[in-house]
Amino acid sequence: MPVTRSETLELRSAADVVSVRQAVRTWAIEAGFSLVDQTKMVTAASELARNTIDYGGGGTSTLELIIEGPRRGLRVVFADSGPGIPDVQQALTDHFTTGNGLGLGLGGAKRLVNEFNISSRVGEGTRVVITRWK
Amino acid sequence: MDRIPILKLRDLLLVSIQVDMHDRLAMQLQDELTARISETGARGVLIDISSLDIVDSFIGRMIANIAAMARVLDAETVVVGMQPAVAITLVELGLNLPGVRTALNVDKGMALLESATPDVEDLPDADAGHPE
Repeated sequence: MPVTRSETLELRSAADVVSVRQAVRTWAIEAGFSLVDQTKMVTAASELARNTIDYGGGGTSTLELIIEGPRRGLRVVFADSGPGIPDVQQALTDHFTTGNGLGLGLGGAKRLVNEFNISSRVGEGTRVVITRWK
Repeated sequence: MDRIPILKLRDLLLVSIQVDMHDRLAMQLQDELTARISETGARGVLIDISSLDIVDSFIGRMIANIAAMARVLDAETVVVGMQPAVAITLVELGLNLPGVRTALNVDKGMALLESATPDVEDLPDADAGHPE
């Protein structure tokens, strides 16, 4: 799948979550997303960026504009080298949280995008990939 | 560091969130607003989020916490001006803001607070003419 552009942002602090939100907004507009679709993608990115910092101990967020046949999309990859998630299915369950959040981050983000992929290894880290098509 | 101003109008507190809030700023607003309710004896809190282009679970939790703390301190909270795209996204995210009253705009929010907190209208300097 051709990636026409890509940019990686560091995720270390609460201010970086705001930077990722703003970058995803700009890219979603460039990809021609409607306002509702922009809002869904930005909100999903906000949840996952916060998870990367709070649970993954920080990491990166990589934005990619992609083209597959006639369709254009925006993909964002969140990667950390943190403790990993022992039970991914449980982590995806609404209202399950090991921190002090609402437990809506992963499951909620999944509902807001077209494609959602998570891989995690205990002791190695977590990688979440979200894609939304125009 | 940014700070979100809290205005006092009669016995209401008004907050208009105009910046893309990072999490610490949201926590700070929650703490300051709770302290101001206690200091001023405010009976109502109106939070204008018309400039917010997203509400994620963290900001949603802050809003729900403010409403819960305000209620314990005998004040009602109304959130006004939510953008339609934000409302659609919130519902899909699964966030339902328990105990938070909402209104479409500041006018309707003020009317809601005044009917919920009758004392507001009894103050000597209260403007007449707010319909119930």
